[in-house]
Amino acid sequence: MFGITAAAATLVRPSMSRAQSAGRIVVIGGGFGGTACARALKRANAALQITLVEPNKVFIACPFSNEVIAGLRGIEAQQFGYDKLAADGITIIDQAATRIDPQQRRVTTSDGPSLTYDRLVLSPGIDFHFDALPGYDDAASEKMPHAWKAGAQTLLLRKQLEAMADGGTVAIAIPANPTRCPPAPYERASLIAHYLKTKKPRSKVLVLDAKDGFPQQRLFEKAWKDLYGGMLERVALSQGGRVTSVDPSTNTIITEFGNYTPDVANVIPPQRAGRIAGIAGATDMTGWCPIDPVTFESKLVPNIHVIGDACLGGGIPKSASAASTQGKACAAAIVNLLAGRSAETPRLTGVCYNTVAPAYGFSLAGNYQPKGDIFVEVEGGATSPADAPSELRAREAVEAERWFQTITADTFG
Amino acid sequence: MAALINVPTKAKRGEIIEIRALTSHIMETGFRRTAAGELVPRDIITSFTCRYNGNEIFRADLFPAIAANPYLSFFTVAKESGKFEFEWIGDNGYSSTASASITVE
Repeated sequence: MFGITAAAATLVRPSMSRAQSAGRIVVIGGGFGGTACARALKRANAALQITLVEPNKVFIACPFSNEVIAGLRGIEAQQFGYDKLAADGITIIDQAATRIDPQQRRVTTSDGPSLTYDRLVLSPGIDFHFDALPGYDDAASEKMPHAWKAGAQTLLLRKQLEAMADGGTVAIAIPANPTRCPPAPYERASLIAHYLKTKKPRSKVLVLDAKDGFPQQRLFEKAWKDLYGGMLERVALSQGGRVTSVDPSTNTIITEFGNYTPDVANVIPPQRAGRIAGIAGATDMTGWCPIDPVTFESKLVPNIHVIGDACLGGGIPKSASAASTQGKACAAAIVNLLAGRSAETPRLTGVCYNTVAPAYGFSLAGNYQPKGDIFVEVEGGATSPADAPSELRAREAVEAERWFQTITADTFG
Repeated sequence: MAALINVPTKAKRGEIIEIRALTSHIMETGFRRTAAGELVPRDIITSFTCRYNGNEIFRADLFPAIAANPYLSFFTVAKESGKFEFEWIGDNGYSSTASASITVE
């Protein structure tokens, strides 16, 4: 009898312990979204058990990495650690998540523990959709860098620009939406043009674009005309700019209507949600994750929330700022859901600074709210004026730097 | 901007080849109104034709729902060396042509 009772108690225990500690949250991805979410959860309720799964010990930020490519900034200024999160009481697992079992609510890591959760937050950022660009893969990126995840790729593109002779051509291939940080390729084109103008003035930047329009287009085009004149040429979608394949053996970029063999080829491939989102079953046929925009809960898998670049956000751009605001809103929703309350409708804000040359910046700020399955922009947004004195551009460049210091201090400091 | 054409310069006899043609055009639907409430008159391309050594091999009628800068891609069999001729016709007497040569071996 005793034996049977003991066995029964053992069987019961897992579900009891689950009920008692209904506050175990695993966050996968230590970028701007996941980190902001983990910290907001811990701040809202210190009793919650928060685990952050992130294989990189050092985070390298994408915002301002175009300055690194242009030689205006060291990569060290982009690097952040997770010490402060650990000090907050967040458990950091420096492993990659390899498997997710939504039934058992368990995350398997590459070489570490299995983690069980009540709620899982996926903030995996982007992955490259190589199938959508024949000829391009990880090996090709060593020759034709994408530099679309900051780190070694950023430095490789920088090195290629430094090695290029004066009079060379730098091509930037830009994919169709949705992508991480939609205005960033144009900022990159601007800053590379700045580097070439200062150091290799006979060179050229060629933008091969799968889009006709892009954010803050008038501001960019005015800046290009004023600062770079004929150095920067853009071939838009309707001019045949869409890249259909690449040949890394000859450094050739093939568009719908022509071939280009630049000296430096910066190929930004089409994108989709970070790999683990697919493994979790949270991605749909678009390659991104449909969510309930009020709670960020996956529409496909229970108890999983998706934030940042990986989610299908509608009008809200895939940016550091948006990921951070989503992380905080998702944390608030989880706290309410765990307490048995319904989540409040989040009001999200996103801000985006573009620097086209030192002391020349402009910005775009937007407010977003859930509508149906996505976020839509609501009133209250602002963009820099198309015509403005150089003092305003200089002030916005300073504000951009201050924004970066603020968001990184908020996230990692 | 002139039209953009992509025809392979060389092909094997009997090979299936892709032909791409894009022309710059606003494709104004005729359904939009200005801020003052006036109807913006329709201005679209209505017809596209491709001839291969004089024989029509592809034709398309275009309508207001088609987006600006219409881009058509189609396939044909490379039969003989020669010329592809493209023609776009539209509202307000719009007419535009382009051509490309192919060598079939």
